[in-house]
Amino acid sequence: MTQITREDVLHLAQLSSLKLDDSEVDGLQANISDILGYVENLNKLDATGVEPTYQVTGLSNVWREDTVIDYGLSREALLDLAPESTDNQVKVPKVL
Amino acid sequence: MTINDIKQQISDGSARSVIENSLKLAEDNSDYHALLSLTAERALQRADDVDSGKIIGPLAGVPFVVKDNFLAFGAPTTAASKMLENFNAPLQATAVEKLEAAGAICIGKANLDAFAHGGSTENSYFGPTKNAVDQSKVAGGSSGGSAVVTALNIVPFALGSDTGGSIRQPASFNGVIGTKPTYGMISRYGVVAMASSTDVIGCFANDISDAELVTETMSGRDERDMTTLSDFFKIQENAKPNQKIGLIRDFMTDDVDSDVRDAVNQYADKLRAAGHTVEEVSLPMAEYALAMYYIIVPAEISSNLARYDGIRYGHRADGVQTLAELYGKTRDEGFVTENKRRIMIGSFVLSSGFFDAYYLQAQKARTLLIDEFNKLFETYDALIGPTAPTTAFDLGENTSDPIKMYLNDIMTVPMSLAGIPAISVPSGNDKNGLPIGVQLVGPMCGDSELMALVKSMEAPAKTFDKTLGGQA
Repeated sequence: MTQITREDVLHLAQLSSLKLDDSEVDGLQANISDILGYVENLNKLDATGVEPTYQVTGLSNVWREDTVIDYGLSREALLDLAPESTDNQVKVPKVL
Repeated sequence: MTINDIKQQISDGSARSVIENSLKLAEDNSDYHALLSLTAERALQRADDVDSGKIIGPLAGVPFVVKDNFLAFGAPTTAASKMLENFNAPLQATAVEKLEAAGAICIGKANLDAFAHGGSTENSYFGPTKNAVDQSKVAGGSSGGSAVVTALNIVPFALGSDTGGSIRQPASFNGVIGTKPTYGMISRYGVVAMASSTDVIGCFANDISDAELVTETMSGRDERDMTTLSDFFKIQENAKPNQKIGLIRDFMTDDVDSDVRDAVNQYADKLRAAGHTVEEVSLPMAEYALAMYYIIVPAEISSNLARYDGIRYGHRADGVQTLAELYGKTRDEGFVTENKRRIMIGSFVLSSGFFDAYYLQAQKARTLLIDEFNKLFETYDALIGPTAPTTAFDLGENTSDPIKMYLNDIMTVPMSLAGIPAISVPSGNDKNGLPIGVQLVGPMCGDSELMALVKSMEAPAKTFDKTLGGQA
């Protein structure tokens, strides 16, 4: 069974863009180990040569005309959702 | 309470009085914490428009509630999270738009597990919903609030989303009907995404005819959701006679509450009395379904929830210096622990070195599960089993053990992974008076027939009469 270390949890948190509180790390370490232990039951199954299923209704590419669909949304309405915006742009903290 | 009862009340009084009454019931029952917000102002305006004849349609003036992961006007769409606590949707979900076009009136938004991650509504950032029958018990989840408002007769129907049982299990725990349609039958446009390969929209109702009407109103192709199928749902007056129905043996083991098993057997007997054949069948891959589910769904969650970065909408953390810090702190504050758990498991199973062993293996196993269902549906018209292994459990009972919580989904996730329709139907109560749900399952796109079968069982007058050799 996969043993998840504290470092693994912190690495997964980093991959997931989560800055975890110290108090949360221990609990997640135990839970994630348990859950992975459970889902590893699947290893007992021989699925050699089986095609994977990614979606269930047999859709492949779904095409439509290359025309504008009116979603009834204005630029202003969408910018209003942003925590900060200025000059028709979403404002973010300094990156560099 | 049914849609017909409401229509009668409107014709005897007014849509305004019906909506006022519904809003009052919601306030009076606030101790259940089933609703996160009321859309009172908009609802009353629409009621007046019904009374003045401006709004017409088959559902004119009929109140309903949506799970708070549906984008709708009149109140924020929070997904029961801090992340979207103040998110005012700039558009409405297609399902809501279609119901409104038919005249229905949304009166409020129901509690759920944050981002629909959970099976008890205890993961809501705003606190749990209590069971409609016993307030010391969970409502089930993740669509717990929608089930409870339907059971309490605040509204005749409510909408939910079902990714692995989130409509069926709370329906079962609160004694109402809960429908999980075929994948792609109802547009998910404007509903907060969880796991895109299994998410579906469905409804709660007190009467299967209401569920049919609501389903018919919502179903069909939507150019805004490219996974939708062309409309195939059609309300059927009568069920096909002499159906062959498979009782899923794997869900009737000693691990399942005996009262639950008894309820399933009684429903099976009713089906036999109505002229159908019920025999035991086996679904060996069901044993692996929960393991598949808790690989595939977290993987999709980790992708779908990557969009919550504090930049374009939703919560943004204060007091950060760098962009990485902004993302990290925003997501730490905006998500509940269960969200983080699932995102991180998703990151794990998709990471290089583990992808083949977990994600790919699960997707292959999913093929084998679907093959088993397909094989059964070559012989059987429908399948039957419990919706959940137990009735509603105590608040707090499973919150410290995620695996115990996940095991509650064991009978609902197989249908989600296969994309096939399933309905939880109330069927009596256990020794403590808690409702039991029986799950009926149909083949892909067999929704119309499955609902007709449930309907035929609701109406004793329509039962099969052997002496006449046909439908009475």
